[in-house]
Amino acid sequence: MTGREPALPEISFEDRMSTVEFRVAEKAHITIDGDHCRGCTTKACVTACPASLFVPTSDGGMLFNYEQCFECGTCYMVCDSEGAITWTYPEGGHGVIMRKS
Amino acid sequence: MADVPARVAADAPDFDVIVVGAGPAGSAAALTAARGGLRVCLLERGPYPGSKNMYGGVVYPRVLDGLIPQWWDRMPIQRWVTRRSTMLATPTQALTIDYRTEAWGKPPYNGATALRSELDEWLAQEAVAAGATLVTSTTVTSLLRDANGRINGVDTDRPDGQLRASLVIACDGVNSFLAKQAGLYDNFSAENITLGAKEVLALPREEIDARFGLSGRDGLDIEMVGVTGGIPGGGFLYTNLDTVALGIVVSVTELAKAKRRPEELIAGVKAHPAVAPYLRGAQVVEYSAHTIPEGGYDTMPALVTDGMLVAGDAAAMCLAAGIWLEGVNFALGAGAAAGETAVEALAAGDTTKRGLAGYRRRLESGFVLPDHRKLRRAPHLVLSDRVQNAYPTLVCDLVEQMFTVSNPTPKPGLRKLLRATRKAHGVGLRDLARDGVTGMRTFG
Repeated sequence: MTGREPALPEISFEDRMSTVEFRVAEKAHITIDGDHCRGCTTKACVTACPASLFVPTSDGGMLFNYEQCFECGTCYMVCDSEGAITWTYPEGGHGVIMRKS
Repeated sequence: MADVPARVAADAPDFDVIVVGAGPAGSAAALTAARGGLRVCLLERGPYPGSKNMYGGVVYPRVLDGLIPQWWDRMPIQRWVTRRSTMLATPTQALTIDYRTEAWGKPPYNGATALRSELDEWLAQEAVAAGATLVTSTTVTSLLRDANGRINGVDTDRPDGQLRASLVIACDGVNSFLAKQAGLYDNFSAENITLGAKEVLALPREEIDARFGLSGRDGLDIEMVGVTGGIPGGGFLYTNLDTVALGIVVSVTELAKAKRRPEELIAGVKAHPAVAPYLRGAQVVEYSAHTIPEGGYDTMPALVTDGMLVAGDAAAMCLAAGIWLEGVNFALGAGAAAGETAVEALAAGDTTKRGLAGYRRRLESGFVLPDHRKLRRAPHLVLSDRVQNAYPTLVCDLVEQMFTVSNPTPKPGLRKLLRATRKAHGVGLRDLARDGVTGMRTFG
């Protein structure tokens, strides 16, 4: 190991997510209560969500999108505040579709 | 619901058994119950079985011997794992124990890499061939109960989507909304959950054969410790036919505390000097992630209640014991036990908790609960700071010094080397002894 192998060029997060198929349901299967988020100091969902669906806003709130969700549940499990994230499965036939995993 | 028979009377059951989730547990349950002559509905929320499912990539299917004879001629697999490596790594070092055997490349085989979209679909179709009714694109929204509070069906998101049955078998995965709704989990905690995230990377089949020293349908499984940036967990690399699955499994709570992103951790594994050369030029063709119930035996829910059984990930039946990383086989074993119990209970006309007691008895007499009970301490040991961080560093440093020829300095004795390395990494003899005893108790 004299010279370190140059890392593969990392794809952008957008390109990464574009490798996954999502059949987006009209109705969101995640809802959040922004009041909880404004008081939250950890905002653990922001970094832990593998699809990076949670984006903190400058006023301390939280933006999120449900469209590219892996339906894994990490967000509500790491959330400090019970009831801040309400999470169910999307409508049948919708949501993430994995083919090569 | 065109594919579901019309109801005869308002409160007559539509089916004998409703199985929720067409993953390995659900399909094994549906297959076994249908073969026993029951009317079985297998509900799947994805458009096809396997569409919602991801895993690292290796399945150990010997549990199918009794269900699907010669399963190896029919199961859609990618490669047979004939080479298995365990890597202890630091950011700049890696010690790999590599084992290969021809025995695992012929019947009855051992482990196989397989894609869940193919594996789960195949298993579900085996259940359909046995007479089960598979209904896809249908999400179960809640349990239904009779006047006495006993579970007797499910509500779905289809119009007029209530389905009644004598028994519900919940195989709805790690989030296990049904087991939670039934009150079977009194201790569900994120502490017991890990996040698996992986990339499927495309490489030509001949390249995979050449890079990993493989031929024909032979495959490689590499498990790694010390590659997750100090967050408890591990890394993996599995060879498919013309793709490689590379990923990480980490504690969700520790991931959150470390404020690291899952794809960053994957990038760290890919850039490791012991991994990067294998993946040169490989392109990501699918990124995926899912949570895993890795807490083991002590974190399982109650498995039985009046009118319902729980199996697979929904019952926390994943075994993450460091050297053994298994889940699909436990789901298959538990699913089959649930299906057999359904046949027995329906024949006796008793699907109360008492009538379903055969489920636990079957799990106890097979491998599902004995393996989990035996390895109940393993998750804690495997995710401990010493196993995760101190030991890989210690072992790599020890081996490095053993093999470094630093003439004209004479070779140090091994005992002296071990003592010095141990001290340098703050591992006391007492720690080693204690972990040794725990290891013996856990794995012995």
